[in-house]
Amino acid sequence: MELLDSNVDLKELQKLQGHADRVWGLAWNPAPHNCGGASAMLASCSGDKTLRIWQMGPTHRFDCSTILEDTHTRTVRSCAWSPCGKFLATASFDSTTAIWKYVGGDFECVATLEGHENEVKSVTWSSSGTFLATCSRDKTVWIWEVQPGDEYDCVAVLQGHSQDVKMVQWHPLVDVLVSVSYDNSIKVWAEDGDSDDWHCVQTLNEGSSGHASTVWSVAFNSSGDRMVTSSDDLTLKIWDTSSAISQTDTEGFASWRHLCTLSGYHGRTIFSAHWSSEGIIASGAGDDALCLFVEEKGNSIEEPSYRLLLKKEKAHDMDINSVRWNPKDQRILASASDDGTIKIWEVREIS
Amino acid sequence: MTSGLCNVCLRNSLPFVDPEHPYSLEELKVVSEDSIEVDDKLSHVRVVFTPTVEHCSMATIIGLCIRVKLMRSLPSRFKVDILVAPGTHETEASINKQLNDKERVAAALENPNLLEIVEECLSPSFQTWT
Repeated sequence: MELLDSNVDLKELQKLQGHADRVWGLAWNPAPHNCGGASAMLASCSGDKTLRIWQMGPTHRFDCSTILEDTHTRTVRSCAWSPCGKFLATASFDSTTAIWKYVGGDFECVATLEGHENEVKSVTWSSSGTFLATCSRDKTVWIWEVQPGDEYDCVAVLQGHSQDVKMVQWHPLVDVLVSVSYDNSIKVWAEDGDSDDWHCVQTLNEGSSGHASTVWSVAFNSSGDRMVTSSDDLTLKIWDTSSAISQTDTEGFASWRHLCTLSGYHGRTIFSAHWSSEGIIASGAGDDALCLFVEEKGNSIEEPSYRLLLKKEKAHDMDINSVRWNPKDQRILASASDDGTIKIWEVREIS
Repeated sequence: MTSGLCNVCLRNSLPFVDPEHPYSLEELKVVSEDSIEVDDKLSHVRVVFTPTVEHCSMATIIGLCIRVKLMRSLPSRFKVDILVAPGTHETEASINKQLNDKERVAAALENPNLLEIVEECLSPSFQTWT
């Protein structure tokens, strides 16, 4: 099933309605079977101050199984599942991050992480399950260590960005963190081997072929040797670190170089990009369109490049804020919009 | 069609008060018919506004009021860009960036103090019709 050679289309499987305001973020549970044997679970967070959990039923349709409300007092901007699938973190404009635990069919708020001075924009869980990271308009990135008994200790407050930090994302294999900002830059953070001090090991800005305006999102491919960033400058940029020394060497993942820029595909701010396990990059933007890109497998002598696989205009009625591939079914994509809806899509090959 | 929509924008949406001056923005020449571009087919509106003085501290608030008024008046399909007229304000790039970052705008409007100012500016009792 070599997607690169075939024609594809994006079929809308279902439209999920219920949120009373724009939907900002989405997160697929990486291990839904740990939550009462569910086959697929999608969390969505909104300007309506709630988080909704959508579960796939026996007919392969999603229904809203849970609404987490009355906790955050302002917009819930971002959500992220722990690798074990039993915990969910929600980041809010109310400056807090709540941690929810699946307990006997329901979700209980077991902790509230405080400290940011103003709106928290993003939360991410490391694949080791050891760390959480959050970022805020207060220009800082906080790293939290997960302790036994549902305790969370702040182990670092990272300063370096000169403006609002829009998103943070842990590397899929090692404890390396990437942050992207309103200051147009991308920063890579890692722990100093000896001192357990977190510091910025690389900054990718306009001078390093980086973005010319606010960077809104970052996502890694499954092997962790590439990442894609999306920006208000209307481009997507692919970054590469395949010159890494070894897979487990943290330092190998601290040196990224610009590989390729995808421009001319979106006419307005690109709010989100996500990489499927099969290697398809999905992007969603303020032009209401959804695009899919794949690597151009050409002459091995040339630099790798990416091409547009498909563009779905008017995928939603308003801005698309988040696109997320289902980690358990690599052809299924979810998108969230200012129009208050979430759409589930299937990438299909057409003969 | 375009100029008709311009008129609708202008006359129905923008005659509200500048917090520092008790006149409408049109009367103060902060916005005019020429400073509004509407492309109905592309669902795009661009408003260029001129703050009353170069270092006008209320420039961001004026921009925010324009954005809120248009958000409430136009169909949701419209994409709106709000810009400070080039050369009319010393921190024009910074204001433009904030006014066109929807996350920043959304967060600002959740601030009760700021929302109150915006609502006051937009309230009917302040409006003077030209």
